Amino acid sequence: MENMIMNQLDYPILSWTVFLPLIGIPILLLIRNAKAIRWTTLLMTIITFFVSLPLLCGFDKTTYKMQFVEKSEWIPSWGINYLIGIDGISIFFILLTTLLSILCVLVSWKSVGTKVKEFHIAILAMETGMLGVFVAMDFFLFYLFWEAMLIPMFILIGVFGGENRVYAAVKFFLYTLAGSLLMLVGIVVLYLYGGRTLDIMALSQIQYPIKMQYWLFMAFFAAFAVKVPMFPVHTWLPDAHTEAPTAGSVILAGVLIKMGAYGFLRFSMPMLPDATLFFSGPILVLSIIAIIYGALVCFAQKDFKRLIAYSSVSHMGFVTLGLFALNTQGMEGGILQMVNHGVITGAMFLMIGMIYERTHTRVIADYGGFAKLVPWYAGFFMVLTFASIGLPGTNGFIGEFLIIFGAFKANMILGVFAATGIILGAGYMLTLYQKIFFQDADPDYEFSGKHPVRDLELREVITLLPLFVLIFWIGFYPNTFLEYMHSSVEHLLQQVNQNVYAGGENVFAKYIMEIF
Amino acid sequence: MVPLNWYIILSAVMFSIGMFGFLSRRNLVIMFICLELMLNAVNVSLVAFSHYLQSINGQILVFFVITVAAAEAAIGLAIIIAYYKNNPTIKVDEINILKG
Amino acid sequence: MLKYILIPLLPLLSFIINILFGRNYIKNRAHWIAVPAILGSFVLAVSACIEVLNGKVIDINVYSWIVSGSFNVSVGILIDQLTAVMLMVVTSIGSLIFIYSVGYMHGDKGYYRFFAYLSLFIFSMLTLVMANNFLIMYLGWEAVGLCSYFLIGFWFHKKSAGDAGKKAFIVNRFGDFGFGLGVILIFLTFGSLNYMEVFGAAGGIVGQTITLLGYKVDLITLICLLLFCGAMGKSAQFPFHVWLPDAMEGPTPVSALIHAATMVTAGVFMVARCNTLFSYSQTAMNTVAIVGGFTAIFAATIALVQNDIKRVIAYSTVSQLGYMFLALGVGAYSAGVFHLYTHAFFKALLFLGSGSVIHALHHAKQDDEQNMQVMGGLKKHMPITYWVFILATLSITGIPFLSGFFSKDEILWQTFQAGDLGKFLWFLGALAALLTAFYSWRLIYLTFHGEYRGDTECESRIHESPLVITIPLMLLAVGAVAAGWVGIPPVFLEHGDKIGYFLAPVLGHPEGHGTHAQEYFVIASSIFVAIAGWVIAYIMYIKNPGLPEKLFSAFRPVHKVLFNKYYIDEFYDKTIVQPVLKASDKIILAFDVNVIEGVVNGVPSLIGVFSKGLRKIQTGLLSNYAAVMAIGVLCVVGYMFFMR
Repeated sequence: MENMIMNQLDYPILSWTVFLPLIGIPILLLIRNAKAIRWTTLLMTIITFFVSLPLLCGFDKTTYKMQFVEKSEWIPSWGINYLIGIDGISIFFILLTTLLSILCVLVSWKSVGTKVKEFHIAILAMETGMLGVFVAMDFFLFYLFWEAMLIPMFILIGVFGGENRVYAAVKFFLYTLAGSLLMLVGIVVLYLYGGRTLDIMALSQIQYPIKMQYWLFMAFFAAFAVKVPMFPVHTWLPDAHTEAPTAGSVILAGVLIKMGAYGFLRFSMPMLPDATLFFSGPILVLSIIAIIYGALVCFAQKDFKRLIAYSSVSHMGFVTLGLFALNTQGMEGGILQMVNHGVITGAMFLMIGMIYERTHTRVIADYGGFAKLVPWYAGFFMVLTFASIGLPGTNGFIGEFLIIFGAFKANMILGVFAATGIILGAGYMLTLYQKIFFQDADPDYEFSGKHPVRDLELREVITLLPLFVLIFWIGFYPNTFLEYMHSSVEHLLQQVNQNVYAGGENVFAKYIMEIF
Repeated sequence: MVPLNWYIILSAVMFSIGMFGFLSRRNLVIMFICLELMLNAVNVSLVAFSHYLQSINGQILVFFVITVAAAEAAIGLAIIIAYYKNNPTIKVDEINILKG
Repeated sequence: MLKYILIPLLPLLSFIINILFGRNYIKNRAHWIAVPAILGSFVLAVSACIEVLNGKVIDINVYSWIVSGSFNVSVGILIDQLTAVMLMVVTSIGSLIFIYSVGYMHGDKGYYRFFAYLSLFIFSMLTLVMANNFLIMYLGWEAVGLCSYFLIGFWFHKKSAGDAGKKAFIVNRFGDFGFGLGVILIFLTFGSLNYMEVFGAAGGIVGQTITLLGYKVDLITLICLLLFCGAMGKSAQFPFHVWLPDAMEGPTPVSALIHAATMVTAGVFMVARCNTLFSYSQTAMNTVAIVGGFTAIFAATIALVQNDIKRVIAYSTVSQLGYMFLALGVGAYSAGVFHLYTHAFFKALLFLGSGSVIHALHHAKQDDEQNMQVMGGLKKHMPITYWVFILATLSITGIPFLSGFFSKDEILWQTFQAGDLGKFLWFLGALAALLTAFYSWRLIYLTFHGEYRGDTECESRIHESPLVITIPLMLLAVGAVAAGWVGIPPVFLEHGDKIGYFLAPVLGHPEGHGTHAQEYFVIASSIFVAIAGWVIAYIMYIKNPGLPEKLFSAFRPVHKVLFNKYYIDEFYDKTIVQPVLKASDKIILAFDVNVIEGVVNGVPSLIGVFSKGLRKIQTGLLSNYAAVMAIGVLCVVGYMFFMR
C-alpha cells in the first residue's frame, strides 16, 4: 500500500467517472425519440467530462504514486479486487477520453440517422470500457475492460460503417483478439508466479526470472503491438479507420490505439525491465520502419481517410520510438505525442467526417478548389495539417522534438532516421492539402468547385474548438501537461534501470541465444 | 428351458435385420421401423440377461428403453409428417439440407 | 520588458484580427489594422535600437517553454547589436512594403488574407531575430517558412503557385532537418540552448570528437555543418537554391519582403549569430565560403539568360546571398551582415520596381506581364519607376558611393586578404560582380529602353503606378543610395566603417593584413568589372540589338544549359521526387497490400481451405451418417472382442 494514495475526496471520483456513461444506457433504453436520445447522451458525456475534471486540480504532481485509489474485494477466493487509481501517465488519457466522447456525440448529430439508440448505447459503453482500461489497477479488471471495449467498437464499425464494414470489423476484432489472448496467457503466468494476486502494483515489485521475462514480454508485446499498431501488424488500422463512422474513427485514433503504448508503460516496462532493455533495440528499429514506411505509403493513397490512417501508423512509430528510447525526454515526448496525436488526428477525422457528410466521397481526386468553397473549413484543416507535420507553435512540434531528442540521445542514427519522417510528413500532408483545397480539380468530377458545399456550421465549430485550443495550448505552453508526468516518468525509468540481470545496458547480442 | 445362447442369437439376428434395413432402405418410415426393431433386439437381450443373472436391473433398463422408444417414435413421426408437409418426399436421398 | 515583447506581438495581433474577422467584417480595410501594427513595431524597434546604441544589451527570459528532465528551454528575447540591425531591416522595409501592398494588392479577393499572412510573417521573422536561444530561433525559422508557403501559394488556384509553395516548404524542410539535428546536438554537447551559455562554453569543446558510423568526426565541425545545412535551405544556397526562383509565383511585395530582403537572409543571420562556433572550425568556415562563392557565380550565370523579370532578380538574390556567405566564410562577419543590410534596400527596390512594371502591364491587360522579351521602351511611360530602377541597379552593380559599392567592396577586400583560398574566392566574387553588372543592365535595357515589343494597343494603356506604390519606391531608393554610408571603409573616411565597429561586440572585427595599395587595387578592380559589365550590356542590347541572338545561336548548348538552369530541377525530379513516389506506389504499397495483407488474409483463407475439405464429409444423407456410425460401432466392438 506504500505506493498508493487512497482517494481523499468524499465521493469515489474514479468510479463515478468510469460508470457514469454506463448509467446512461438504461436511460436511453427507455427513450424513443431520436432527438431526446442525442441530447441525453450528450448530457451524459458532458457530465462525465465535468466529473473527471477535478482529477486535474486534485492531482498531486510531486509523486509518482497511484492516486484517487479505490479498493474493495471482488472475488476474494481468486485474489481479485476492484482496484482503480491513476498516475501522471494515465490522467491525460482519462481526460482525453471524456473530452473526445462529447465530440463524438456532437459530430454524429446528423450523420447517424438510423439505429440512433444502438449507436449512442455503443458510444457510452465504449467510453466506460476505455476509461476502465486506463484506471484499472487489477489485472482481472483490466482484462475485462480491455476485451469489453472491443464489442461496442465492433458494433460501431460493423453496423454503422462504410461499404466494406463487415470485413473491417471482423479484421479489427480478430487481430486484436489474437493479441489479447496471448496477453491473457501472460496474465495467468504472472498470477501463478506472483503468489496468486492480480494487483498490478504488487506484481510490479516482483523480480521475475530472465527467461520468463522474455516470454512474458513477447506475450504482452503481441497484444500491445497490435493495438498501437506497430509495423508489421498495422494493417487492420487502415481498414478499420476507413470503414468506421466518424465517431468510431475518432475514438479509434484518439484513444483506442493509445492503449497499446499505455500498456507498454504500465505493464511491460515496470514489470519486465530486463526484457524491456533487451527488446528495446528491435522495437526502436520497428518504430523507425513504421515512421518511414507509414509515411511512404501515404504518398500513394487515393483515399482521404486511408491516408490519415497510414499517417497514424507513422505517428505512432514516433510514440514507440520515444517510449523505448528509455530516457526522460523520449518518454515524456512519447506520452505527450500520444495526447497530441489523439487531438490532431481526432480532429482530422472529425473534419473528414464533416466534409463527407456534404460530399459523400472519400476519394481525394474528387475534391479540388475547396479553399474557395469552404474557406473556414480550409482554414481549420490548414492548422491541423501543420500541427500534424510538427510545425513549432503547435503541439505536434513539442512531441516530435522531444522524441527525436530522446532518440538522438539514445542513438544518433535513430535520431537522424526519425527526423527524415518529418520531411516525408511535410511531403504527403502538403500534397494532400494542395489536392483537396488548392488546385482546381478535374472538371469531370462532381465536386470540382462548381457545386455549392456548405461551410462549417456553429455546431461543428464548437465540436472542433476544444481540440484547436489544445493544439496551441500544448504548442506554446506544454509545461501544463509535462509537469504532470515528470515524477511518474522518472520513477518508471528508475524501475527499468534497476534491472538485475542486464546491469543497465542493452545486451541484445548477449541474450539472443538465451531466449530459445 | 431355452438356453441363453438362443436368446442372444435371436437378438443378434433381429439387430442385424434392423441395421440392414436402416442402412439399405430409403423410406424414412421403414427406416424408423428398423430403428424400433433394433431397440427391441436390445430389449430381448436385456431381458434374457436379466433372467440369466437373476438381476432386476436389466428389466428396469428395458422399461426405460420402451419409454424412450415411444417418445422417439412420437417425435420422429411428427418430424417426418412436418417435413412431408413442406417437401412432399420422405426419401432420405432427397433430404440433404444438413449438407455442409 | 513589455515594450520588447510588443515588437513581435503587434504584428501577431494584426494577424489574429485579420484572419478571424477579415473575411466577413474587415474585407478591404485590412490595412487599417496591419499597417499601424507594423509601424508600431517599427517605432518600438527604433527605440530598442537606440538603447542598444547606448550600449545596453537586452537578454530576458519570458517564460519557460519546454521542461523535460534536464532539457529546459525558455521563450526569451535577446536584443544586441546584430539583432538591432536585423530589427531595423525587417521593420523598416516591412513598413514600406506594407504601404506598397495597399496599392499593389488593391481589389484582390484575398486582400485581408494577404495582410494577415504578411503580419504573421513579420511576427515570425521578428521572433527569429529576437530569439535568445536556438529553439526559439527554430520556431521563428519554421514559422517564416510557413508564411512563405502561404504567400507563395497566395493565388492557390493556379497549380504552379501551389506547387511552388509546396516545393519551397519541402526543400526548406531538408535544410531544417540538419538545423534541427544541429540544435539537438548543441544541447547534448553544452546542456543548454541559450546563445550566451553555448557561445561561452564553445571554447571548451574544441578538438572533441564523436564517433559516427565508425568515423571520428570533430564535434564542433559537425554542429556547424548541421546548422549551415539549415542556413543553406533558408538562404537558397546551392544545392537547395531551387525553391527561390519558383517562389516568384507569389505576389511581388512578397518576393520583395520575404524572398529578397528578410527571410532568405535568415541563413546569413544564423551563421553570423553562431560566429563563435564557426570560428572554431576551419572546415566549416571553408565550406561556408566555398558554397557561398560557388553559389554567387552559379546563380549569376543562370540570371544572364532568363527572360522573366522576377526570375532574373531572384537569381540575382541567390547570387548576392552567396556573396554574404562568402564573407561569413572568410571570417568577415560584419561585412556579410553589412551586405545583408544594404542588399535588403536595393533588392527590395528592384523587386518593388519590377512589381510596379508588372502592375502597370497587368492593368494595361498584357497577357505575358513578366516576360522581358515583350517589354521595352517603358522609360517614357513610367519615369519614376525607371529612375529608381536605375538607382537600384547602380547600387547592386557596385558603382562608387552607393550602398552596394561599400558592402560589396568590403566583402571582396576581406576575401582578398584571407589567404590563398581567399584569393581564389576573390576572383570568383569579382567574376560574379561582372556578371551581376551585365544581367542587371540587360534587365534595364530590355525593360525600359528601345521600342515596346508587345501589343501596341496595350502600350497606350500603360501609365505610371499610383503614389501609394511610388512613394515607398522613392523612400527605398534613398536607402539604396545612402544606407551604405554607415560603412564607408577607413581608406576613404577616417572613423569610417561605423557599422563594423557597432557590430564588433557580437561579430568581432577581422584583423586586416593587406596594405593600402592592395585595397586600392581591389577597389579599382571592382569598379572596373562593374563598368565593364555595364558596357558589354550596352553594346549587346542598345548598340547592336542583333548580337545576343547571334551569340545564342553560336553557343546554343551553353545557352540551353543556362536557360534550363543547369537542369537541376529535372535532376532532383528524377533522383528524389520520382523515386520516392515510385517507391511509395510500386514497392511499399505493393508490399503492404500483397505481402503483409497477404499473410493477414492468408491465415483465414488457409483455415478456409481446410474447412472446405472437411465439409465434404458432411453429406447431409442420413444413411451415410448411419453407415459411419455402424462401422464405428463395429470397430469398437471388434476392438473389444479381439484385442482384449
